[in-house]
Amino acid sequence: MLELDGTLAAEFDLIDAFIAARGIDVAVATETDALDDLVFARLIVDPNVPRAEVVRLAAGATPEKLARVVALLRPVELQMAVAKMRVRRTPSNQAHVTNRLDDPLLLAADAATAVAYGFREVETTVPVNADAPSNALAVLIGSQVGSAGAITQCSVEEALELDLGLRGLTTYAETVSLYGTEKVFLDGDDTPWSKAFLCSAYASRGLKMRVTSGGGSEALMGAAEGRSLFSLESRCVALARAMGAQGVQNGGIDGASVVGAVPGGMRELLAENLLVMLRDLESCSGNDALGSESDMRRTAHSVPLFLAGSDFLFSGFGSIPRYDNMFGPSNFNAEDLDDYLVLQRDWDTDGALRPVTAERLREVRERAARACLAVYRELGLVDGGADDPGPSSSLGFTKEHVAEVVNAEGSKDVTPPDPRAVLRAADAILERQLGVLDVVRALWATGYEEEAARVFAMGRARVAGDYLQTAAIFDEQMHVLSKVTDPNDYQGPGTGYQMTGARRREVAAIRQQRSRDDLLARYSAGAPKAGGGMAAGATAGSASPASHRAAPFRLVERGPAAAGADPLEVCVGVSPAFATRLWSTMAGLPVGDALAAVVAGIEAEGCSARVVRVPSTVDLGVVGLTAAELAGSGVAVGLQAKGTALIHRRGLAPLACLELLSIAPLLTLQMYRELGANAARYARGGQPAPVRNPYTDWAIEARFHAEVVALVAIERGETVPGAPPIDAEVER
Amino acid sequence: MSDDALRARALSGRPLGEITLQAAVRSGLSPADLRIHPDTLRHQAAVAEEHGNPQLGENLRRAAELTALPDDEVLAVYEALRPGRSTRAELDEIAARLDAATAPLCAALVREAAVACEHRGVLRAS
Repeated sequence: MLELDGTLAAEFDLIDAFIAARGIDVAVATETDALDDLVFARLIVDPNVPRAEVVRLAAGATPEKLARVVALLRPVELQMAVAKMRVRRTPSNQAHVTNRLDDPLLLAADAATAVAYGFREVETTVPVNADAPSNALAVLIGSQVGSAGAITQCSVEEALELDLGLRGLTTYAETVSLYGTEKVFLDGDDTPWSKAFLCSAYASRGLKMRVTSGGGSEALMGAAEGRSLFSLESRCVALARAMGAQGVQNGGIDGASVVGAVPGGMRELLAENLLVMLRDLESCSGNDALGSESDMRRTAHSVPLFLAGSDFLFSGFGSIPRYDNMFGPSNFNAEDLDDYLVLQRDWDTDGALRPVTAERLREVRERAARACLAVYRELGLVDGGADDPGPSSSLGFTKEHVAEVVNAEGSKDVTPPDPRAVLRAADAILERQLGVLDVVRALWATGYEEEAARVFAMGRARVAGDYLQTAAIFDEQMHVLSKVTDPNDYQGPGTGYQMTGARRREVAAIRQQRSRDDLLARYSAGAPKAGGGMAAGATAGSASPASHRAAPFRLVERGPAAAGADPLEVCVGVSPAFATRLWSTMAGLPVGDALAAVVAGIEAEGCSARVVRVPSTVDLGVVGLTAAELAGSGVAVGLQAKGTALIHRRGLAPLACLELLSIAPLLTLQMYRELGANAARYARGGQPAPVRNPYTDWAIEARFHAEVVALVAIERGETVPGAPPIDAEVER
Repeated sequence: MSDDALRARALSGRPLGEITLQAAVRSGLSPADLRIHPDTLRHQAAVAEEHGNPQLGENLRRAAELTALPDDEVLAVYEALRPGRSTRAELDEIAARLDAATAPLCAALVREAAVACEHRGVLRAS
């Protein structure tokens, strides 16, 4: 190549030279160069153009050309392109597992938690560099508890990271950083050739690796050479392909906030991921640095890629709390896991994670912490090791510590281990040249045979080498999913990756899910038992109906209701399920208490109250109107089991009531009493000030509407069409 | 696991079928039994090339050559390639050693680095 993006060969810097020598398919370079940018951009998005054809053309593109073409895509076109161009069909996800203390047992438990949630790669790092071997070992052990096949890495300085990988204490590497300008590349203490050699070194030991770049890093290091973030990133990605790396971690990374600070920054981050996919490399797609303190902005950053799918949606979802993330908080963290699982369900989209029960989490955390402790003891890394570490060193390596770790959300919940003990363990791992076979034997010897088998399987997988292919992960049965075995075949609607039925059910089964039976159990709290006492309320869910507050209450039906003659008589009409199936209002009040408050209000204003059940309808307007027609005064209160209440008057249209308290979840006994009092005032010919509905900034419909649907269905089930109203009496 | 993979041998020469957990816990395995064989890497290189990634293929072929080098030598070559670590003569010597160790692709990479780094003035002066 005589020229690259306007630079003549004699002027090539190291990056130009490396890309020119290896990175561009000269057989198609002329064809690609001649292709109009806009035409190329359309080929990328068009589902009728095969992915392979786009890959062929992209291989002939210079960094500038590819950057120009991708820059033409709008956000939704980027999403289309990502869905089509990512390498692996099945999306996956990576977790960050670290803590402030380098606490090995906590690392092991948190790695097990990450794997239970479905993460297939677990990345750790250190606050204290010398702890790295210990962290690598702890995460390796924890990652193999619960299921097989998750791969692990420990992100530290290049030479140490390689060393840990060679020993088999990690199973992949990622922190091989590339930069788009020569100055910054050299500041990073490497050249493209040393990095390329490093790629081969990892592969020579059967280890998967990818490189890391990400827009904004050159600006952060003060030498962007006046080039755009995106054109520099395009150079990095071209370089990655030239070096023979199988994949790239990009999409901002440490520079994400730099990119986010400029107009169009979020679009640029997504476009970075697409550059990798166009070069036919595995995309580990960023979203791993907290892009903003704004929950809306940070979510908006991650959602487009989440919907489009990627080889790795996050190159580190912080599966630990923000404060424990030694990479700095990720864009999504443990605090967001529940929301993320719900997002998968809402969008019917595979975010590569799954809900986990609290019991399962306790189980894997305990096993991981115990296994880690057992291995550290068995290998003599703690407690009774060669240099007799003394009493303080057992801090963090005891059964009590296991118990703390199992229940800990993060490192703030545990007694800090002795930092010198962790260091000694780390040093011993290096000095004694401990490797994967030692770990296997220690797990086996201490009774962790399943984990021994899984760690061994990770070692054995290196011999086979199938996970050196592009975008390789192991599923939980140790099958390799990669460009070779699981290629992305998206070609428009109805093609490409789709969740199986079983996977969709898994995604849908969020832990917040409640059944109709759960609901009925809650709303039947306060119902009288056969023996005359009350059923204990089930405690599932939020509003805990106050069975303990309720006086025993029963509504006894006396027979068909006739029209009253007393002009001071106010009726209270109740709904079909009121005190038959439903015994609690949405505000958690016993229905009997709500009714008693209404009656008390009526009587306080000098009227008499008569309770009638209206079994023929779920419509509260009709319930109230029917009762009003029976009342001697022509005025009635309508009261639904869920707590909605109104005042009605004979002769009005069903929906044109006098007053309505519609926000059932917020109604209080005082409001019911006021409503009763106002009904009496209307009966006596007064014009009272209406009772005001309470207001709230809750997402009140989101909180309650699904429940209302179920409650109305229960009311509907209790209706007897055409049945006349019935007089009812309260028994306490 | 593919048939090809099942046929593979470890660097030690032991067939994959004999590399079992039982052997590992009986201390019947050495680290070389969990090391990839150069033939396997060349096979994976061919797979990568068939799937349209000659650069990954080349990387895996360089890796096949490096299986013969002990860890510390691999680390030493990496270190020598970093900026300002080596003179032109030292890199040429490393390349010659790699050639002698039947690692011609790695040798070529080192020579290419030597030329480019000399051109850009990022070698150690003396």
